[in-house]
Amino acid sequence: MKKIKRFSLFISLTFLFVVILSAVVFAQGVGDPSGAATGAASDIIAKTAGSPTQDEILTQIGKNRLGINYVWVMMTGMLIFFFQCGFAMVETGFCRAKNALHTMAMNFMVFLVGAVGYFLVGFALQFGGVGGWSNLGAGAATLSHEVTVGGWGLFGTKGFALASGGTYDVAVYALFFFQMVFMDTTCTIPTGSMAERVKFSVFVINSFFVSMIYYPLFGNWVWGGGWMAQLGTRLGIGHGVVDFAGSAVVHSMGGMMALAGAIVIGPRIGKFKKDGTAVPFLGHDIPMAIIGTIILFFCWFAFNAGSTTNGADFRLAIVATNTMIAGAVGGLVSMMYMWKKYGKPDPSMTCNGALAGLVAITAPCAFVNGISSFIIGAISGILVCISVRIVEDKFKIDDPVGAISVHCVNGVWGIIALGLFADGAYGDGLNGVAGGVTGLFYGGGFGQLLAQLICVAVLIIWGFGTSYLFFKLLDKTMGLRVSKEAEIAGLDIPEMGMVAYPDFVLNPKDGE
Amino acid sequence: MGKKLTKIDILTSPSKLEELKEALNAIGISGMTVSNVLGCGVQKGHKESYRGLSLDIHLLPKIKIEIIVCEVPVELVVETTKKVLHTGNIGDGKIFIYDVENVIRISTGDEGRDALQYTE
Repeated sequence: MKKIKRFSLFISLTFLFVVILSAVVFAQGVGDPSGAATGAASDIIAKTAGSPTQDEILTQIGKNRLGINYVWVMMTGMLIFFFQCGFAMVETGFCRAKNALHTMAMNFMVFLVGAVGYFLVGFALQFGGVGGWSNLGAGAATLSHEVTVGGWGLFGTKGFALASGGTYDVAVYALFFFQMVFMDTTCTIPTGSMAERVKFSVFVINSFFVSMIYYPLFGNWVWGGGWMAQLGTRLGIGHGVVDFAGSAVVHSMGGMMALAGAIVIGPRIGKFKKDGTAVPFLGHDIPMAIIGTIILFFCWFAFNAGSTTNGADFRLAIVATNTMIAGAVGGLVSMMYMWKKYGKPDPSMTCNGALAGLVAITAPCAFVNGISSFIIGAISGILVCISVRIVEDKFKIDDPVGAISVHCVNGVWGIIALGLFADGAYGDGLNGVAGGVTGLFYGGGFGQLLAQLICVAVLIIWGFGTSYLFFKLLDKTMGLRVSKEAEIAGLDIPEMGMVAYPDFVLNPKDGE
Repeated sequence: MGKKLTKIDILTSPSKLEELKEALNAIGISGMTVSNVLGCGVQKGHKESYRGLSLDIHLLPKIKIEIIVCEVPVELVVETTKKVLHTGNIGDGKIFIYDVENVIRISTGDEGRDALQYTE
C-alpha cells in the first residue's frame, strides 16, 4: 500500500511541475522588464488617451511639480515624526532605571497633546497669516489673515481646527502635517532637563502651552510672515531673521524652556553634595541613548532638507550633506575632547556632541558650504562639552540629558553662525529680500548678523522669559516636583502605576 | 539523627561559573543557587569619569554560589573549588562556611540529610 501511495505522489508532483514549467516557458509575455517602454504620452491624463491637448499637458506639468513637492513634504514630515522615538530613547537611556517608564511616557504623551493643541489653535496662530505656500499649490493662499501692529506681524487667525476660513484644503493640511512635527520637537526638549523629578501632569499642561501659544507665536514671527522675518524688508536688516529649519524656532525655544524649567524645578535629590560638587547619576541604558541618537541623526536629514518643501529645489542635497558633516564632526570632536581630557571617549558625550552639531547646523544648513559646516560642527562639539560642565559646576543646574547644552547653547550658536558663515549662494528673495543670504565672513557685512542677534535677544526674552514665568506659575499652583519619597523610590510606580522592567527586578507587587 | 549540614558560599568572578559548576557536579553536588552580586575585597577601587565627573568604582560584579552539603565532605568541596578558581592573583574569590540548622524539601517533606539526596 505504501509503495503505491509513494508512486502516485511522485507522479502527481511531476505532473504539477511540468504544468507549471510549461505555463512559465510558453506564456505569451507582454512585460517590460527594463522599463524602457513604460512612460509615454498615453500616461498624461487626457480625454483622448495618447493625444493630450496643450491644456492637458500644461496641467500635467503643474501637477507633476506639485506631486514631487507633496511627496517630499509628506515623507520628510513622517520621518521627522520619528524624532519622537529618538528623543524618547536618548532621554530614557540617560535616566536611571527607576524613572524609565515615566520618561518614555512623557516623550510619547507630548506628541499626543501637542498634536491636539496645534491642530485646534497653534497652527492658525503660526501660519494663519502666512499668505500662501506656493510649493504646495494655490490652496494655502487662504491662510491670509495676520494680526499686525503698525504693520508688524504678530499672529495669524486662519485655520483653527484646520477648518476656519476655508482652510479645509490639501495644501493647508500638508503644511500643517509638516509644521506640526517641528513644533513637537520643541514640546519634547524640556522633558529632558526636568526628567526624574517632574510631575507627568506638568508636561501635559506644558505641551498645551507650547503647542498653542509659546511655539506658534515665535514661529509666526520667524516663519509665518511675522515681524522678525520683516526686519529685512522694513528695516533693511539683512534678510530679516533667517532660520532655515529651526535652530531658533525649534531647538533654542525648546532649550530656553529646558533651561527655565531646570532652574525653577531645582536639581534632583542628591545631585549636589553639601559643598556644591556635582555627583554623577549614571544613565541606565547608554546603548539605548546611542540608538536614539542614530535615529535623530537619520531623521535630521529630513528635518533640514525637508525644509525646502520643494523636491525640485536641488539645494536640498547641499542641505542634507551639510547636516551630515556638522553632525559627524560635532560627535567626533566631542569624543576626542572627552578622550583627551578625561581619559576615555565618553559615549554619552559623543551622542551629545553629534546632536549639538546637528542643532547648530539647523539654521545655516541651506546657506553655507561644507567647510563652514565642518567648522560649525567642530565648534559645537567643544561647546557642548564645556557647557555641560559649566551648567552643572558653575550654575548648579541639574540637566540629566544635556538638553540645555545641546539645544539652547548650540541653537543660539547655530543662529549666530548663520550670520557669520552664510555665503550668498542661496536665499534670493527670502523674506522678500533680493540676493543670497550673506554673512559677515563672506562680505555680507553686519546686516544679517544683526538680525540673528536680534533673534537671540527675542529667544531670551520670549523663550526664557515666558517659560520661566509659566513654570513659576505652575509651581505655585500645582507644584512641579513629585514628593521626595516618590523621587527617591523612582517615578515609575508613583506616577505611572507600574515598573518599566518588572521581570528584571523584584516586582514590588510580589516582593511586598 | 542526621549528619551535619553545612552551607558553603563561594564568591568569585562570573567568568568562572561554568567551570565551577561542572567541577561541583562531578563530586556529587547538583543543587545550587547562583546570584549576581557586587563585591569588593581589601583592594582599593579605581576612578572612572562620566560626562566629566569622576566616580570611584569599588564594587565589582561577582557571582555568589550557595550550596548545602551533608554526605559530600566539606573538605572535598573546598579543595575542588580551590583547584578550579586558584590563580594566585587578586580576584580569585572567597569561600564562606556556615552551620545549617535544617534543610526541608517542600515537595516530599523530607528533612535533614534526606532532603539533599537526589536518588531515583
